[in-house]
Amino acid sequence: MSAVPKTVPKADSAKWKMVSCDPDKCTGCTVCEYICSLTKDNAFSAQKSRIRTMRLHPLINISIACRLCNPAPCVTACPRDALTQSEQTGVIMIDDDKCDGCSWCIEACDYGAITLHPELKKVRICDLCEGVEGGPRCVKWCPEEALDFVTKDILSQKARIAVTKKLFKESMEAAGIKV
Amino acid sequence: MLGYAGRVLHVDLSSGKIWTEPLKEELAKKYIGGIGLGMRLLLDHSKPGVDPFSPENPLVLATGPLSGSMVPTGGNGHAFVSKSPQTFAMGEAKSHGHFGTAMKRAGYDAIIFHGKSEKPVYLWVDDDAVQIMDAKHLWGKSPQETEDAIKTELKDFYIRVASIGPAGEKLVRIACIINDRSRAAGRCGMGAVMGSKNLKAIAIRGSKDIKVASQERLLELIKIQHERMKGPAARKYRTLGTPENVLVLQKLAAMPTNNFTRATFDEADKISGEYLNERFIAKIIGCSSCAMRCEHIAVVPEGPFKGVTTRIEYESLWAMGPNCGIGNLDAILKGMDLSNYYGVDSISIGGIVGFAMDLYEHGVIGKDQLGGLDLKFGNYEAMLEMIKRISLREGFGDVLAEGTKLAADKIGNDAPKYAVQIKGVEMTGYDIRGLKTAALGYAVSFRGADHNRHGSYDPDVKGKVNRFKAEKGRGKLVKETEDLYTVIDSLIVCKFSRGTYFEGYKDLAALYSAVTGVEMTPEELQKAGERINNLGRLFNIREGLTRKDDSMPWKIMNVPIPDEGVAKGSFVSQEDLDILLDDYYEVRGWTKEGIPTVEKLNEIGMEDLVYLVKDKLEPKPSKRKEKKEE
Repeated sequence: MSAVPKTVPKADSAKWKMVSCDPDKCTGCTVCEYICSLTKDNAFSAQKSRIRTMRLHPLINISIACRLCNPAPCVTACPRDALTQSEQTGVIMIDDDKCDGCSWCIEACDYGAITLHPELKKVRICDLCEGVEGGPRCVKWCPEEALDFVTKDILSQKARIAVTKKLFKESMEAAGIKV
Repeated sequence: MLGYAGRVLHVDLSSGKIWTEPLKEELAKKYIGGIGLGMRLLLDHSKPGVDPFSPENPLVLATGPLSGSMVPTGGNGHAFVSKSPQTFAMGEAKSHGHFGTAMKRAGYDAIIFHGKSEKPVYLWVDDDAVQIMDAKHLWGKSPQETEDAIKTELKDFYIRVASIGPAGEKLVRIACIINDRSRAAGRCGMGAVMGSKNLKAIAIRGSKDIKVASQERLLELIKIQHERMKGPAARKYRTLGTPENVLVLQKLAAMPTNNFTRATFDEADKISGEYLNERFIAKIIGCSSCAMRCEHIAVVPEGPFKGVTTRIEYESLWAMGPNCGIGNLDAILKGMDLSNYYGVDSISIGGIVGFAMDLYEHGVIGKDQLGGLDLKFGNYEAMLEMIKRISLREGFGDVLAEGTKLAADKIGNDAPKYAVQIKGVEMTGYDIRGLKTAALGYAVSFRGADHNRHGSYDPDVKGKVNRFKAEKGRGKLVKETEDLYTVIDSLIVCKFSRGTYFEGYKDLAALYSAVTGVEMTPEELQKAGERINNLGRLFNIREGLTRKDDSMPWKIMNVPIPDEGVAKGSFVSQEDLDILLDDYYEVRGWTKEGIPTVEKLNEIGMEDLVYLVKDKLEPKPSKRKEKKEE
């Protein structure tokens, strides 16, 4: 496997938005899987969902979809050049004519965000509900608002807000600032 | 018909034969799915009078038409149905989580287990490939250990498993079946039936598509449900959870304490939902497709039980808490954890330990029988020890493992008076001495003492009726809630979501129609609920139950509530019970003896089952004969 990234630098990558899950809010209900498979395959099916839920322990729940890596190891790993990354959105695009389901990309993905479609035997990756009005449907349907459609910058901003709240909880309460 | 998988899987554990048959459409429409379908399949595949532990008693596992779909709470349910080793009559228990979803995705509406395996086995359902697997290495393991071991050996984390623990293996009559680590099909001893078949577990991988009839319509309905689930209708389950009941029932003096000796608990504040959430609850999680979340995961933060992590609900908390005089929440959570570990119904286990404590305090059993254990009310160490002994049938636990009713008969003397059970199933956490609509609901429940076959405590607790009075009209209240609850358990949706169906049957029928494509009216759905309740009754009549079995525990009828306050002096007299039963039977269209009439059965489309009652209905006086006598 080539270690050299095949992807070219992407000017707008800071603007890419991805589906991200807050594990504190995630209840493991898998509603995201239901709505994803319905949107993409007209059926309820976990295996066909591009976002998958993981409950390792009752206290540990998370949903995982494509993280829009740059450069993307899956693209690099594909021996048939079936995967390319959109410069505009960061979405990994799959050329079904080239993909033969060899699953090198699945191995290359550290997040388990790629699945093999059980019938088509082609890989499937979250495309952020391209063409669907209102953006990714899992985000819209998540009953706990655990999913967000965000840029990486906003993600870090959110984390900063959370940690600041935690650090200054007492003084905020003392000052009567509502959190 | 979409929604349904259209297939019933048969597994004969004696011969190893496995086959499928199509689900009859008429059966599906009439009995919906879940417990309704399961009960009908049980009736059709069993002979009257067989012992619940006999290979001839089938164990039925059923999903509902909504299982596998995105209908909130509807996507995940499954039900076990069999002749109960506690009641020797209709037994059923439901559970949620992810198991039912997987079963529907594998393509089955029901699985019927016949016979008995020679050796411990588990069933491995991989879509269409079904195998009976050796389970020797799993025998003795807890359901959680079993689940982990099966996922490891089959090398797929997303395989869903339902299994029994050591208690089910040892035929402890209150054994349950646990899936997804902490979800239990708890009541009626379904785990013991599974154990009697040497069936340790059922592992399922389902990868088939679930298609629905009308996607757009369904999504609209789901959107509405999601909104309602974020609102007040589900507030209780999203916030404090069912332990909110502790202080509510305490205030009403309807909190059974010390095995129904009293109706208030002095240490209620120490076990309240408020305290539980403040100190113990680390996370609230949800089942597949649910938009409510309710599963409160408690972690004991310090002390001897530090680190115990378990799900807890009011009923279990009550059973191992106030019912045993225990106000130590750490220990109650440990008790819950042990119940899940051994695989026993956490309500009934508390009922049995409370019963044993009562016997001990009244000198009916002594320390010598208990290996020196000081089994007085409030001794939490003794409670935890007894959970283990009962679950493993050790020492006197072997007698108690038979359940309060059979154990009381064995112990003799005054023991039956302390057995707070109906039809052999231990009571749940409502003191029905001062909740008389509920008392009727409990008395007539076809699966024994239970608050989940009806919601008839609701009018009592909410003050819609005079709860201390038995009067005409309660029969109608009970019938209505029974019919609805039966539909809920057949679809299967979660009882906790019941408040979100603002228009009752109309909402439920709309969901059913959108998923299956079979237009169901609210009236037809209600009728199905009535039909399924009659089915439960018919099965029990076939097994020899009569009006006498629609009874109340001795304590409920003979010991008035002693606590000072609103409920003082209340109890259910024989006269009360007769008024309630007469009224209920009449509303149901049953005879004074509680037998469905031929007219009633014809009216609800159960002509084919008239044979079950024909000889039990009083023969019409023959005029010719009378004339001859004249």
